Amino acid sequence: MSKARVLVGTKKGAFILTADGKRENWEVSGPHFAGWEVYHMKGSPVNPERLYASQTSSWSGQVLQCSDDGGKTWYAPGGGIQKSPQGWPMGESNRFVYDTSPETGAPLTTHQFYDGTQHPWEFKRVWHLEPSLTDAETVYAGIEDAAIFRSTDGAHSWQELSGLRGHGTGPKWQPGAGGMCLHTIILDPSDPDRIYIAISAAGAFRTDDGGKTWKPINKGLVSPYLPKQEAEVGHCVHHIAMNPSKPGTLFMQKHWHVMRSDDAGDNWQKISGNLPTDFGFVIDIHSHEPETIYVVPIKSDAEHYPLDGKLQVFRSRTGGNEWEALTNGLPQANCYVNILRDAMAVDKLDDCGIYFGTTGGQVYASTDSGDTWKPIVRDLPAVLSIEVQTLS
Amino acid sequence: MTSQVRVSLPQHLRTLAHIERSEVVIEVEGPVTQRSILDALEAHYPTLKGTIREHDTLQRRPFLRFFACEEDLSHEPPDAPLPDSVAAGKEPFLIIGAIAGG
Repeated sequence: MSKARVLVGTKKGAFILTADGKRENWEVSGPHFAGWEVYHMKGSPVNPERLYASQTSSWSGQVLQCSDDGGKTWYAPGGGIQKSPQGWPMGESNRFVYDTSPETGAPLTTHQFYDGTQHPWEFKRVWHLEPSLTDAETVYAGIEDAAIFRSTDGAHSWQELSGLRGHGTGPKWQPGAGGMCLHTIILDPSDPDRIYIAISAAGAFRTDDGGKTWKPINKGLVSPYLPKQEAEVGHCVHHIAMNPSKPGTLFMQKHWHVMRSDDAGDNWQKISGNLPTDFGFVIDIHSHEPETIYVVPIKSDAEHYPLDGKLQVFRSRTGGNEWEALTNGLPQANCYVNILRDAMAVDKLDDCGIYFGTTGGQVYASTDSGDTWKPIVRDLPAVLSIEVQTLS
Repeated sequence: MTSQVRVSLPQHLRTLAHIERSEVVIEVEGPVTQRSILDALEAHYPTLKGTIREHDTLQRRPFLRFFACEEDLSHEPPDAPLPDSVAAGKEPFLIIGAIAGG
């Protein structure tokens, strides 16, 4: 029988929630990495028992963790294979060094800072881990300050795909309030050389040659907080989603505005339609209906909580513009949580499950395309990210 | 000369390095300094690399402090000799997480 495994990253550790295909009764394990922020966890599509986790803290920086048994046990990569003569784990899986080698282009060394001056790139943390679609040992990392790294040895060592920062617009990239983070990585299942990424606040970029060169794909985005509202870069993209069955179509939740592209990001159209507010962070797509999309509107960029204290997921079955509020099972009074950009996911079971986590520590799930919701766990630390695995 | 130095680590780093005790005893070759202690500690527990000092600059991470013998040594030069009682293993070298949060 199929199972669902939900990977929850929180401000104070990781939790793993498992249930059978009915998704009625959930087992909760954790906290893993107690006391650390877990920005993201994700499983390999090739080997679902291989999980990657980004563990970070303001005190002690970045640590990468791996599991080869679906999250029962973990190791800092290096420890799983190579050990010191005393048996201690080896390796430096948390070393992310920006590429400045002449051979690969010696990319930019500064970006725009909050005060308008140029500032050197400084590694802060890993926001997102995206395992390869074809190799369980290959994984991509989206980091702050914004860059993309790749490991081909199971997260033991990391190399920057420096063509992104070498694109030439780096001096115009700038941090948002949450830092200058590369938070979205989408691998195109129909083209192994095509990768999409998104950065706050630089915008969306695409490579068509496996990461050697990149181009901004922000045409159609309009951002009132930029001096030139339709600039090539500088947009605060919050998240992008793609349904693998329709890889040329992308959906975006921008700082303000919900957008779609039907030409692999070359052009974007606004699809906010009748949403009560089009500010938000998450966006995702039904597993079996590539024109059914979900967002959680947030009141404004100054007030990061739902309108009127009512937690509402909005669904469009028409690929945007026409939206309906989904409220059954969600709190409709005094709810002032946020739903962060990586905190929504969908499973691939026949009745597509949709999951999202809140900064109040609730993880809500729907097993009927969003018509009804229930909290599958409700008192965790603030949820930073949600991923779900569909297991046979 | 080899010294047996006691090192106390914060909980989250003990968890990371799979250290069950509140202190570890580290063999330090030569003069006992912040640098020689941390070099020896990281050699024994490589997963701690980058978590106490930055990888390349070896600068102390801002929210960690180094104490010993009731003194804050965080701003002392990394190669300055530590008190004899630390080198003799009578007093621990304390790596402390700065207090923060609500």
